Amino acid sequence: MAEKLLEANDVSVDFRINNEYLKAISGINLTINRGKVLALVGESGSGKSTFATSIMGLHNPEYTKVSGSIKVAGKELVGLSEKEFDDYRGVSVGMIFQDPLSSLNPLMKIGDQIAEAITVHDKNNPEVKNRVRTLLNDVGIDEEKRVADQYPHQLSGGMRQRVMIAIALANEPDLIIADEPTTALDAIIQAQILELIKDIQKKKDAGVLLITHNLDVVSELADDVAVMYAGQIVEKGSVEQIFENPKHPYTRSLLKADPNNVRPGEELYSIPGTVPSLAEMDFNKDSFLQRVPWLDEKVVNADVPEQMEEVEPGHFVRGTAWKDFSFDDVNRNED
Amino acid sequence: MADLLKIEHLKVYYPERAGFFNRIVSYIKAVDDVSLTIEEGKTYGLVGQSGSGKSTIGKTIVGLEDPTAGKIFYKGQDVTTIKQKRKINFNKEVQMVFQDSQSSLNPRKTIGEILAEPLKNFGVPAKIGAGKSENERSFDKEKIDERVLELLDIVGLPERTVSQYPFQFSGGQRQRIVVARALATNPKLIVADEPVSALDLSVQAQVLNFMKKIQKTYGISFLFISHDLGVVRYMTDTIAIMHHGRFVEVGTTEDIFEHPEHIYTKRLLAAIPSQTVAGREAKRAEREANERDFDEKKWAYYEENSAPLRAYGLVQRTGTHFVAVREENE
Repeated sequence: MAEKLLEANDVSVDFRINNEYLKAISGINLTINRGKVLALVGESGSGKSTFATSIMGLHNPEYTKVSGSIKVAGKELVGLSEKEFDDYRGVSVGMIFQDPLSSLNPLMKIGDQIAEAITVHDKNNPEVKNRVRTLLNDVGIDEEKRVADQYPHQLSGGMRQRVMIAIALANEPDLIIADEPTTALDAIIQAQILELIKDIQKKKDAGVLLITHNLDVVSELADDVAVMYAGQIVEKGSVEQIFENPKHPYTRSLLKADPNNVRPGEELYSIPGTVPSLAEMDFNKDSFLQRVPWLDEKVVNADVPEQMEEVEPGHFVRGTAWKDFSFDDVNRNED
Repeated sequence: MADLLKIEHLKVYYPERAGFFNRIVSYIKAVDDVSLTIEEGKTYGLVGQSGSGKSTIGKTIVGLEDPTAGKIFYKGQDVTTIKQKRKINFNKEVQMVFQDSQSSLNPRKTIGEILAEPLKNFGVPAKIGAGKSENERSFDKEKIDERVLELLDIVGLPERTVSQYPFQFSGGQRQRIVVARALATNPKLIVADEPVSALDLSVQAQVLNFMKKIQKTYGISFLFISHDLGVVRYMTDTIAIMHHGRFVEVGTTEDIFEHPEHIYTKRLLAAIPSQTVAGREAKRAEREANERDFDEKKWAYYEENSAPLRAYGLVQRTGTHFVAVREENE
């Protein structure tokens, strides 16, 4: 039996806005096993980062209510105090953020920033200096001595992202959360960073939660995929199931919008409308269907059962609208 | 097809200063002897890593950077200097779209004011369509308002947008507003610098479709600058691959993607993530082989012991395909 590194059960996050709690994500069930990469995919505003932030305990408790259960390596996180989170953050879970320039301290040398991540949890570690060098080596930086003495602005974007990864790995976490790790990088550097994440994940046998809106990155790196829309998971399964046999209208629309998936001359599919705001979200319905203009009103407004349907072993889809959905009908309501 | 814009042997160098008197000690060659021709109604793609000089070429064309050497011709007329550009109202004909729509729209102005600005400077063209009206331009307030509404209609935004502010729009809508502003004066060429890299997939599709549509309707040419090879393949007719300020390979989209020859082009193509799960391992092996190849064979493609690597001049392969290699190598 594979060891479960992350178990999220019925996770919801509410934000307090003008003295009123608004639900941002609801009913999230996800599992990551040791040695696996789970990709969480969706547009901006779909709640991917909200979920990741709740695993890291980075929400401000004054304005946020996290409910349900999130277990990392068996330890329950929901309801932990700020102090308890401090001991766990960075040790069991490491996070790689999207923008290394704003996540690194501009006034601190690279070596010191990595050392800080170690000493925060282990004050009198005599091996810190060596450990920093090993970490820099691990993330593919050969001139570790020189780089450790430099400041963030002296490094290129790809190097900075490597440093971020080194910091995330400082305490050998079992679970790594990578939030859009390559969005700001160009193709060659992106390939290198993805390779690096894959290597590290294999070497340490860690679990990875990869958050991205880039489908190419998913097909390159992920074992499993969960597609998120408006605060809920609409489809999940193995990467083959999602890419080769997508069911939910949202998954299929995303794949059709990717220039890599269409033949030259063919028009890209652009999803009409926008992601609903928190106040507009209705978690009993499939809110994506609002953006499929040709669907029957009855289908769009139908209540959706809480349980996702298992369409093939390990492949889950939310609601039943996918049975009525076809791109052949695109032009039906346009005249 | 007629040539719209021609660049000949363009060089853009930035001086590097050091020492007590802040003397120039050397130059950073952002663009190093580059020539290109953009045809009417076509899309020319510029591809390369960050720092390869692709944005510098775009900025030099519209006049945001001064060329160190070389010439720029627009419809056969020399427009290398700002003075020459002003003389023929060059910026009425050539517009630029930047990556970050948030910072290229003034947050204190309404969309109506933003779209009216180029019209107040250059006047409302009498006829709509790329460069159809050469001299008849109106500065009439009513005409300007009319044109603003028309522009909003072209980019598919409602009339009430006129009195709204940039923050009230999503990223995709803002990017379309930026394109609308670029369209205001009936330009013939739009320099688009990473126009979709900050956008989500579905919004990216919206903007790309829209750019293709206006190209078809108004015969506009694009210089499309991007590092996303998937997008470039979808959008362009001709592609130039750039590395350290030099072109290493130029050809039709098919030349580049189907018959890549330069070692750097191959490396770029290998970096595109695998489209299928089954292809992952093969892609990985290809990438590794490419890296090895690059180290072994690079001196056939780059001048001996140059640092940073300086590509050789382009050698013609077919009618459309050029590659930078050492000539006696053949």
